[in-house]
Amino acid sequence: MTSVPVPGRPVSGHAAAGRSGHGARRFNRTSRRAVLNLLGLLVALFSLFPVLWMISTAFKPASEIYSLTPQPVPLHPTLANFQAVFSGSVIGLPYWNFLRNSLFITLVAVALSSLIGLLAAIALGRFKFRFRTTYLVVLLIVQLLPQQALVVSLFIDFRRVDLLDSLVGLIVVYTAFALPVTIWMLRNFAATVPKELEEAAAIDGAGAWTRFWHILLPLISPGLVSTSVFAFIFAYNEFVFALTFLGTDTAKFTLPLYVQYFYGQNSTNWGAIMASSTLFTIPVLAFFLVTQRRLASGLLAGAVKG
Amino acid sequence: MVTSSHSRPGTPSPAGSTPPGREADGSRKTSDRSAPSAPSRSFRQRAAISIRKRGLAPYLLLLPATAVIGLLIIWPAVQIGLFSFQNYGLMQISGVEPAQWVGFSNYSQILHDPEFWSSLKISLYFAVVVVPATMIAGTLVGLLLERLGPRMRTFVSVSAILAWATPAVSASVIFAWLVDPDGGVVDWALTKVPSWLGGGASWSGFSWTNAPLPAYTVLTVMLVWTGFPFVAITVLAGLRTVPSELHDAARVDGAGPWRDFWKVTFPLLRPVFLVLALLSTIWDFGMFTQAYIITGQLGNRDEYNLGLYEYSQAFTQPPHYGLASAAAFVLTIILLIVTVGYVRAAIKQGAFA
Repeated sequence: MTSVPVPGRPVSGHAAAGRSGHGARRFNRTSRRAVLNLLGLLVALFSLFPVLWMISTAFKPASEIYSLTPQPVPLHPTLANFQAVFSGSVIGLPYWNFLRNSLFITLVAVALSSLIGLLAAIALGRFKFRFRTTYLVVLLIVQLLPQQALVVSLFIDFRRVDLLDSLVGLIVVYTAFALPVTIWMLRNFAATVPKELEEAAAIDGAGAWTRFWHILLPLISPGLVSTSVFAFIFAYNEFVFALTFLGTDTAKFTLPLYVQYFYGQNSTNWGAIMASSTLFTIPVLAFFLVTQRRLASGLLAGAVKG
Repeated sequence: MVTSSHSRPGTPSPAGSTPPGREADGSRKTSDRSAPSAPSRSFRQRAAISIRKRGLAPYLLLLPATAVIGLLIIWPAVQIGLFSFQNYGLMQISGVEPAQWVGFSNYSQILHDPEFWSSLKISLYFAVVVVPATMIAGTLVGLLLERLGPRMRTFVSVSAILAWATPAVSASVIFAWLVDPDGGVVDWALTKVPSWLGGGASWSGFSWTNAPLPAYTVLTVMLVWTGFPFVAITVLAGLRTVPSELHDAARVDGAGPWRDFWKVTFPLLRPVFLVLALLSTIWDFGMFTQAYIITGQLGNRDEYNLGLYEYSQAFTQPPHYGLASAAAFVLTIILLIVTVGYVRAAIKQGAFA
């Protein structure tokens, strides 16, 4: 936060050329800018405060966590909370166990939904066929169905086919629920590849497979990155299905379930809860910072533009 | 969809028979050329020709996605409707007794359950408060972002996006800690606020999660915190499409910022606002994860919203899958009505162009 441009920095150009007669207006403009920057800082503080407080608590010893006057920054930083999380002294299993579950489920589901989504997006973006618009509308509706409603039905089906308490069951569900948005976003990318490119290649004798591999895929791949990020974040964060399908088998818990279980079981050990939550959250935020520009535009394309 | 086109290969469907990257006249040429299929062609070649000729390619490409979505999203939604008319419970799921059709008995049972109505009321009130609050906060921040310098704008919008990107489970646990009666920073801060502003020593050790009103106050702040960045970034993107001449003209005509917003900006961004409001309604009315964690993991029945009510019917002992399905069906129908509005707004915006 310290590297932020300070309110009241000179308005370049104008300030240098300004004569004394423009002094009042210049002051007006600087003070306006100062007020705006102050408001901006307040918004940033409101946005960041909960996350910063989580990180700060994770490094505090118990005496500071339950202190009568909370400090914004730990006075005596400690790694004890993280050690408790890594050693698994609370739930009986170390953090790595849950990280492994989460990464396994998430990566497989992302790969599957990207592959299946790519095929569907090519159909919807490159072909004209009778039910195309209907299909897109159905996808849009399906994407907004409440998951806590569908979970009842899926629970009964999965019990029948023995997919409860199974990471495979979650992979299947995450693949399916990541698909509608994946297809929507990829379809927008696929539709923007100019037809002339493919036509030129076809005239040069390239078959359907060559055209896909050398023209379509390279041009859609930025879209694949966005949709993979989206699917990754969806599957890594997902809660309702994990809660319902993994039930009581703590060894199979994913990270969100673990963090939440930690809180439910041990609602007084805030240091350990915040440490586990920090370990769970920071990768998502880092991932977001790296990809945010691409993701924001992709989400706008998927959610708002349609 | 796929089968209907399989069974009627001769049907003239100009759109369906266009091979990739060809215009309609080109496609006729292709099919003419491949019509006398020589017996020497391999199966793969013949299959490829038949796919191209009949325009099956898009349907084949859609097959995996359709199967997965159909089996795991659409079928469960249909099954919810079926279960809601059956007495599906513990005996039925364990296979001891077969499920029986019971007509509307599940619906009449939940409609006579005061907990259903209180949960519906909570969901409605919550959406009515949170959606406008998110929209107003997001719009104000979007307008602010437009007026900031580039570096400050990046800093503020990235901070906001981090709030939006925080996983729901993390946000819930963090807010539970912020409002914890023992050591939470909110109670401490409220004791420092002068009493004429509503603060004071009585806030010390105040429990936010034991009654519906305080719990949903926390959830309101949390969902505005999560939701405003998406609105702000979208509104900012929309503001940049408004030609500056319009603002100049309004200013020349003596309009202040308030009138400028309502007479110039808002009418132009109306479709964006509509889509955002509908999406927020769907998300907030259907909120589950945050409510589940903040209200104590199904522990407080008087704090259920519709989602928690429905979920608890199925997943607290003894399970009533039939009742849960009826409640889930009601929840789904309400959200579908909003979704239809959303889809219409998306179509108006040219989503299917």
